[in-house]
Amino acid sequence: MLKAEKRKTLLLLIPIVLILVGYVLYPSLETLLESFKKSGSLTLQNYIDFFGPKAQSNLEALWNSVYISLLSVLFSALIGVPLAYIFTRYHFPGRSFFSGIAIMPIVLPSLVGVMAFMWLYGEVGLIPNMIKDIFNLEEVPFSIGGITGILIVHAYTMYPYFYMTVSSALNNVDPSLEESAASLGSGRFGVFWKVTFPLLTPALVAASLLVFMVSMASFSAPFLLAGGFRVLSLQIYFSKINGNLEMAATQSVILSIISISFLLFMRWFQNRKDYRMGTKGIGAHRSEVSNPFLKWLMVTLGVMAMIILLLPHAVLAILSFVPEGSWTWETYPTAFNFENYRLLFEDPTIWDPVRNSLFMAFVACLGCFLFGMITSYALVKRKFIGKNLLDILVMIPWALPATVVGMNLILAFNKGTPFSFGQVLVGTYWILPLAYFVRFIPLVVRSTSAVLEQLDDSIEEAAQSLGAKWLYTFRRVVLPMIMPGVLSGTLLAFVQAVGEFPTSVLLYTLDNRPISIEIMNQLRLFNLGQAAAFGMIQVGLIAIVMIISYKFFGVKSENTL
Amino acid sequence: MSSVTLSNITKRFGDFTAVENLDLVIKEGEFFTFLGPSGCGKTTTLRMIAGFYYPTEGKVKFNEKDMTTVSPENRNTGMVFQNYALFPHMTVFENVAFGLKVRKKKKVEIKKRVEDVLEKVRLKPFIDRQVSQLSGGQQQRVALARALVIEPDILLLDEPLSNLDARLRDEMRNEILRLQREYGITTIYVTHDQVEALTMSDRIAVFNVGNCQQIGTPTEIYNHPVNDFVAEFIGETNLLDVRWRKEKEAFYSEDLNSSIVVTPSGSEVEDAPLKMSIRPEAIEVSGSELSGPNVYVGKVHLVQFTGEAVHSFIALHDRNMFIKVTDLNKGPSTYLKENDEVYVQFPPSQIRIVPKAAKE
Repeated sequence: MLKAEKRKTLLLLIPIVLILVGYVLYPSLETLLESFKKSGSLTLQNYIDFFGPKAQSNLEALWNSVYISLLSVLFSALIGVPLAYIFTRYHFPGRSFFSGIAIMPIVLPSLVGVMAFMWLYGEVGLIPNMIKDIFNLEEVPFSIGGITGILIVHAYTMYPYFYMTVSSALNNVDPSLEESAASLGSGRFGVFWKVTFPLLTPALVAASLLVFMVSMASFSAPFLLAGGFRVLSLQIYFSKINGNLEMAATQSVILSIISISFLLFMRWFQNRKDYRMGTKGIGAHRSEVSNPFLKWLMVTLGVMAMIILLLPHAVLAILSFVPEGSWTWETYPTAFNFENYRLLFEDPTIWDPVRNSLFMAFVACLGCFLFGMITSYALVKRKFIGKNLLDILVMIPWALPATVVGMNLILAFNKGTPFSFGQVLVGTYWILPLAYFVRFIPLVVRSTSAVLEQLDDSIEEAAQSLGAKWLYTFRRVVLPMIMPGVLSGTLLAFVQAVGEFPTSVLLYTLDNRPISIEIMNQLRLFNLGQAAAFGMIQVGLIAIVMIISYKFFGVKSENTL
Repeated sequence: MSSVTLSNITKRFGDFTAVENLDLVIKEGEFFTFLGPSGCGKTTTLRMIAGFYYPTEGKVKFNEKDMTTVSPENRNTGMVFQNYALFPHMTVFENVAFGLKVRKKKKVEIKKRVEDVLEKVRLKPFIDRQVSQLSGGQQQRVALARALVIEPDILLLDEPLSNLDARLRDEMRNEILRLQREYGITTIYVTHDQVEALTMSDRIAVFNVGNCQQIGTPTEIYNHPVNDFVAEFIGETNLLDVRWRKEKEAFYSEDLNSSIVVTPSGSEVEDAPLKMSIRPEAIEVSGSELSGPNVYVGKVHLVQFTGEAVHSFIALHDRNMFIKVTDLNKGPSTYLKENDEVYVQFPPSQIRIVPKAAKE
């Protein structure tokens, strides 16, 4: 429109585009290029190998990934949707407490969660063995592992996606819609199927896509539980470990294509004219459960569900007190003390991973904070050509499985590039903070954009007409108002960076090994107590950050999904 | 204080022309209103004066200074937004002081000027409140104080009262007018509410679909509208198609099937389609026979009581048309009764013959 405005927009866009091109687009293209290489020449051979009869393991892995993901969607929905319906529509004693517990799985980093499940329900797990002892059985009655194991862990960690999206959709359904359907003569069942359920479809579709993508990308669960079972995200890791970078690149490209098409489909779906409510300010309307039998049945079920949900947290806490070497052949641990936590502060090799994790997550989040703030301001408040494209570019790291992000960075920075100032980054300390930064850009951009979209343009105009220059307005008016959004996104990014496993396992070095890697190492040494203590530190950090962002910024974790 | 001159302003957004060929001079110290239905280009014009839009063609001048492409922060205008656009993270004091801080005034001066202006808008006791703790009317006054404290050359108000309830709106109307007189500041006021426009303005510009239809004082606009759009948009009116009959030297209405006597007899007679406008309150109604020109017989169809006035809709005999008549409430005995036969007279001096507005 006008020159000065255009110049400002351009000035904002230059660093944004440079960073996105350098650390998101270029690495992806580098992977794409690598997938067409075979011993130095350009060829389709890798793809022929992938789909050909020669390496059936790849096709099998692809099929397994899709199959597991579809089942994960089904199981997560079966748990999450009824829970959401019960908690938003019925009132019974302890409702708000139980609904708070229901999202507890999200405070477990994926690796730690899987580990806890292994200890609980695995072959030497506490629960199967306890049942065996109690009932004097010959063998453990059950144990999880392989595909069932992965599915159970997925259902446990991913049902909150359904639970949260459906809850918020249900809360937004205007009760008068259901009331008017009822007054038009529709029965309870009819009201649900004809009115409520159709209104929930956007939320259900969004959650399904999300769970599908997350489980396609899932790494920790197959990593620890799969046994001989192959999934695509894990195949990438094995190809890389075996030094077959070209095949790793090909596998990454195929996984990326699936993920990005899901991202584009989701965007299309969300931008479609959806069933948004015309009315505003809807009060909650819960029906009181009056039947005493039903009421107490619900409470009992709630308590039982709570125990199941919190068992992984509990076992983690208990095992973190088991000192090294005291739990080897026995069924149950026998000694408990603070040894593992003491070592944390006394043994530098134990403390180093914690320090590394904290420092690298901090650096990455600082970057996300600055970059996310500027980017989402440009995306929401500025007009320019190619905005949609930039928006997609920003969201790509969110859609890409972590394994792929890791591979992209390996293939892009295993040689000097202008974006790394001519340095080889792979094998250095700084590759991991860079990976965390790239991974969590979308998180900060999303949460900031959500706040920025609420900010009326007239606020900025008012400041401007009072004589304030753009920078002053941004600093004194815009920034303080969007701070809660930026901070909550950043804190969440921090939480996830501390728990990040897939990129870490691909990119870590001896100098920068983070907590997750150390957990893996301790597991290999069968030093379960120390691994649990590390896990507790991650959980503790996550809990602290979540409480801070909820208490001080009023941010609910569901807003940043 | 400044005068504002808009010469030949056109503003296009892509293919859409929001404002077309606008020429306007707003005098120093004047209370000037842009009035029109939504989408008529009044807010776009205001935003061009504020500097948020630059005109596609034409010039904006404050006094003699060309401001066409000066950015908003360098115009020294004070703007009050429809949603007030208060900074929610600041107190009342900080909001009002914002413009002064930007201007790098001394702390003592800022404090004094903010207190003074808050005194004027009667918000002194609320100086340390967060703006979210204020009522709608109070927030409105903070927005006003924030715009006034920088001693702007021009005060711009964009539908400032549209978010308030009716009673508060009346109160704020007087408040704004009082402040404008006190500061003697050139004020441009955008509204779609004709009552606001008529009661507050020195002059009004009536907009429709990007064009300025008429500029004039409230009485001129109400009593002598230039076309049927203005006549209909401002106040209530009865509009009838008429044409000039050369052979009889009189206006003729097809609908009434009769000639119409108008004084002074129109000299601005053209071939263009014409309309006659007569205000409901100007029509004489009587149960007994009336003498004189333009008398018709009708039957009362509907009587509406609004409190201060009584509206009656009268179906003219054998015609498929209704005439609206308004009388002040003078007690139940004076009300017309539905289905009564009545005589209706259009006094010749109260009839306005206007051309039809060009329709887009």
